[in-house]
Amino acid sequence: MAKEKWGSKLGVILAVTGSAVGLGNFLRFPGVACANGGGAFMVPYIIAFLILGLPIAWVEWAMGRYGGKRGFSSAPGIFRSITGRDRTAQIGTLALIIPVIIYMYYVSIEAWCLGYAWKYWTGGMQAVVAEARQAAPPQEQTEAGISAVKNYLLQFAGVVHESDPNGSGNFRIIREFGSSTMPFLIFCFTINFILIYRGINKGIEWFCRWAMPALLICALLILIRVLTLGTPDPMNPDASISNGLGFMWNPVGHNLVDGKLVEVGFWAALSNPQTWLAAAGQIFFSLSVGFGIIMTYASYTKDDDDIALSSVSAASGNGFFEVALGGMIVIPAAFVFIGPESIISAGEKGSSLSLGFFALPGVFEYMPAGHFFGGLFFFLLFMAAITSSLSMLQPAIAFLEEGLGLGRHAAVTVLGFITATGALFVSLMSNGLTVLDHMDFWTANFCIFLLATIEVIFFAWVMGLDRGLEELAHGAEIRLPKALPFVLKFVTPTFLLIIFGSWLWKEVLSNGPYVKALREDPVVQLTLGFIISIFIFFSILVRVAVKRWTKTEKTNPEKMEVSV
Amino acid sequence: MSVAGWIIMLLSVVGMTSLFCWCIRKVLTVPEASEHIHSQSDIDPHDQE
Repeated sequence: MAKEKWGSKLGVILAVTGSAVGLGNFLRFPGVACANGGGAFMVPYIIAFLILGLPIAWVEWAMGRYGGKRGFSSAPGIFRSITGRDRTAQIGTLALIIPVIIYMYYVSIEAWCLGYAWKYWTGGMQAVVAEARQAAPPQEQTEAGISAVKNYLLQFAGVVHESDPNGSGNFRIIREFGSSTMPFLIFCFTINFILIYRGINKGIEWFCRWAMPALLICALLILIRVLTLGTPDPMNPDASISNGLGFMWNPVGHNLVDGKLVEVGFWAALSNPQTWLAAAGQIFFSLSVGFGIIMTYASYTKDDDDIALSSVSAASGNGFFEVALGGMIVIPAAFVFIGPESIISAGEKGSSLSLGFFALPGVFEYMPAGHFFGGLFFFLLFMAAITSSLSMLQPAIAFLEEGLGLGRHAAVTVLGFITATGALFVSLMSNGLTVLDHMDFWTANFCIFLLATIEVIFFAWVMGLDRGLEELAHGAEIRLPKALPFVLKFVTPTFLLIIFGSWLWKEVLSNGPYVKALREDPVVQLTLGFIISIFIFFSILVRVAVKRWTKTEKTNPEKMEVSV
Repeated sequence: MSVAGWIIMLLSVVGMTSLFCWCIRKVLTVPEASEHIHSQSDIDPHDQE
């Protein structure tokens, strides 16, 4: 079977940018920035972009194309092709399970986004609001509308169920199939797998070629709406868009102490290690480094294509969506309509999901033409989510094809079964979002930190900088910084180890809330058991694949161009 | 919004937008690898009808 290739350089850049641009750009970034120094957050953010984000992205691109030239697109094959040792293939298991497990809950969030957009645009939301307003006294009608929207959405996603005395939302999507997220989940699942089945060029690249411009147009329309809001309530002149922008960008952070907003100065924010950790974490999750996805995407580039500029292009594209669009929309709009306390409170409760899915619907209730823009905003999130979720499937598809010799049809079927099991687990056990939250914690935090640290150390100290940088410089359309070898060998690994160590200390070793929940809550134990089972399953598959590769190399050396 | 806020916002937004535009312009103006690398099959000997 001929190895797939991207159709054009712009196509691969759009696909990598699409993979990186997701909910984190529009919801997580503004929330994290606001809570960690506001404008002051940009100082550690830019530094983390330069010494963490870009170098790790370059590492993944270089390793990916190196493996791609030798016939491998999956992380186990790539790691093995770099060292020539079978054991190193097992490192790649992490790069397979991270995107697969994230996909299992990410597709649920994708379904919420589509469902919210659908409800806004088909009048479902308006009907709920009108009913609640009619039942409330005149002075409480707006609050009643917001409360109704929030309850409606909580039930729709199965987070809680008011008719249940325990407030349990578990299995609600089965009990109330038609009015739950289930039809949207099935739709999103199907779309993802149809596009993946069509392949790199006709599926992922084709979709990103029109989805990314559409995403930009949606974001610009919402940005114009937000920036032209002015002061919607003349009786409350402080609630203006100018002050909203100030809340986001002034170099002053905010904390909520006993329900009151307390300001944190520029230097106080910068001298707080938490600000630096938050910036590094944001760069990580936002650029999709440490997922193993970039490695797989880079393996499909042509041998002489530039990867250095492509990497910077994708990273800057992600930065553009995050800073220039994400940083200008959510916080200013939320400040004007629901106030600064609600923003910080939503951020503290559950970060981006709470801000996006529970606080923002309130904003659209107040905003002129709010239901149209509410639909547009959630459609924008849906588009951003689908370009990301697509990329999460490709590493495992590539592995099943090249590692186990499955055809596209069989690989898609096997992965479809695995991810459907996980997605059903997340959706059925939706009460309080416990499963989703803990899957996110152990995979999108712990495993990503671990993989990124391993990747950088592997690139600089095992693969060797000479070989790695030669690969990166081959066909490069930009000159690589002279300091890059030093940064990759010492600065980035040290920075990563400090961040990972601090994170481990704070969240795991100090008996943080997630570890505490793991000891006490059987649902959390079940979730971690599920993650470990997936890891063991893929680890066995990697072992089988390595045996198969070794056998093929012995019987037909020309077929496998593995560098030893 | 304070003056410092305006400066940080403009520097961040304009900086990221400019970097992205510069990258896309460079990507679009540089020919694809297959367009400027010639293999033997690209050579036209001019002596065959």
